[in-house]
Amino acid sequence: MALEREHLEYPRRAYGMDHDRYDWSMLTDRSPVQWPGGKRLALWVNVCLQFFPLNQKGKPFAVPGGMTMPYPDLRHFSLRDYGNRVGIYRFLKAFDRYGVRPGFAVNSALAERAPALLRTIAERGDEILAHGVHMDALHYGGQDEAEERALVTECLDTLRQASGQAVTGWLSPARNESEHTPELLVEHGVEYFCDWVNDDMPYRFHTGNGGLWAMPLSNELEDRFVIMNNLHSEQSWLEQVCDAADFLLQEAEQSDSGRILALNLHPWMLGQPHRIAKLEQALDYITGKDSVWTAPPGEILKAFREQQA
Amino acid sequence: MKADPGLYDYWPWEGRPKISWPGGARVAFWVAPNIEFYELNPPANPHRKAWPQPYPATPGYSIRDYGNRVGHVRQMEVLDRYGIRGSISLSTALCDHHPEIIRMCAERDWEFFSHGIYNTRYTYGLSEEQEREMIQDSVDTIEKHTGRKPAGYLAPALSHSEHTIDLFAEAGGIYTCDLFHDDQPTPVHVRNGQRFVSVPYSLEMNDTIAYVVNKVEPRRYGQMLKDNFDRLYQEGADNGTVMCIPTHNYQVSCPHRLKAFEEALEYITGHSDVWVTTGREIAEHYLEHHYGNAVAAIAAQEG
Repeated sequence: MALEREHLEYPRRAYGMDHDRYDWSMLTDRSPVQWPGGKRLALWVNVCLQFFPLNQKGKPFAVPGGMTMPYPDLRHFSLRDYGNRVGIYRFLKAFDRYGVRPGFAVNSALAERAPALLRTIAERGDEILAHGVHMDALHYGGQDEAEERALVTECLDTLRQASGQAVTGWLSPARNESEHTPELLVEHGVEYFCDWVNDDMPYRFHTGNGGLWAMPLSNELEDRFVIMNNLHSEQSWLEQVCDAADFLLQEAEQSDSGRILALNLHPWMLGQPHRIAKLEQALDYITGKDSVWTAPPGEILKAFREQQA
Repeated sequence: MKADPGLYDYWPWEGRPKISWPGGARVAFWVAPNIEFYELNPPANPHRKAWPQPYPATPGYSIRDYGNRVGHVRQMEVLDRYGIRGSISLSTALCDHHPEIIRMCAERDWEFFSHGIYNTRYTYGLSEEQEREMIQDSVDTIEKHTGRKPAGYLAPALSHSEHTIDLFAEAGGIYTCDLFHDDQPTPVHVRNGQRFVSVPYSLEMNDTIAYVVNKVEPRRYGQMLKDNFDRLYQEGADNGTVMCIPTHNYQVSCPHRLKAFEEALEYITGHSDVWVTTGREIAEHYLEHHYGNAVAAIAAQEG
């Protein structure tokens, strides 16, 4: 018994990363960043507006939150739809009450299925990010490049036309990518994406078509991950968010550099009647602090970029 | 395949010769940060997949990279505050990739022990000769970058063969973290007959096991650490015990988790009879003062 020789060979064992996508850099080695108005913590609330098709193919995997029962899985189809019909309007009220300016990552298929919702968001002036075509149209390793390009084109064309916005941010469904995704995003005028969770601040990502910014949208704190994946209580999600806010504010003070608290939210999860109060309490706690600045991701990135040499 | 690895003998918790720690401490307390490097595109091991998705597995790779880019310094500063020197379970290729981290830890006189080359290279399927080569590479790499050979071993990604512990002993090691059978160090049988021990690491207190496998809430994890300590401190009054917290910078150092960890460290180190130490120091103290008594007591058991 033995493995092939390649298992004891390490062609990328050298300084820096084992790939060419970005440079190795520790957060503490970077120059400090100041947010507008001398604020310390940028609150980035990202709301995912999603469509989960009933006839899910699950290629190459069934997306978290997708259909799990034999066709037709009416329970999960309609429960996800609940978020776009009911939960989201509870979210909007909460954002307005606490003066939060969120970004909305939208599946283009949902923009077509619920034009009234998209109009409401566009009229509010909130930033719209591209979130792929729908939750069963995954980007994945080994995918045909032309097929993936068509998904990116369809998503961005639809959202730009429906919203009238430039739409320069991207979040892949399930944060999954192919080896070509970053190149295709740049090719389509995307300036930043939110799939990689390896930082708490923006950083530069290299592609064959030029640079892209990676924005730090925490997965570990998102409502779906904490409540559905980890099976923690709503109350525990609230505690985790408050602890994160306290910690990041403290780190911002000590390092004299702004930090970002990114909350990725799903109206089908926190928009439920028994959960919405926890979102309100979280926003109340965070926005109650003097040194918090709430802004959509494009604005946070703009402020960050203006301070980069 | 064997029904029992044959690495240690059954030995009841009651009636053992007393272990005494330096300064009369009841508990030897150590923190073992795993500082790991996972490859984005490793060769596919036929026995275990590195990533659930086809290349590039963005979600799993990037959160682990978070540990090195963001999490390490956070945890290091917390350990500094409580006078704790980390005992690093090291993916030794990290010496090449991220020497800045190695330097910071060496300046603090932290211990480095071997955790293989990469955490995406498993022991499964390696021949004995190949595993010997991998272990030797990791030992040499630590010596080259820190000036000292490692004393301890934790197999990469907890992937073992029947020879793992023998091979590490033959490479000059004195302790293993791979066994979870006890709350005290114990003698371990190795084929060359040398004096070799198990130092209690802990699967139960391991942040990744707690957070990812058992899906524990952060504040509950902090409470588990305190409860674990309380009982070991109580029992340690009669016979010295060991408490270990194995950590990962991509888990414990997330903004919503660090406070609970820090509160537990403050609690534990706030007790008077705690020896805050490293894995190597525990192994060396045990080998010098208690190993012989233990071997004799185990041999004298009836049956």
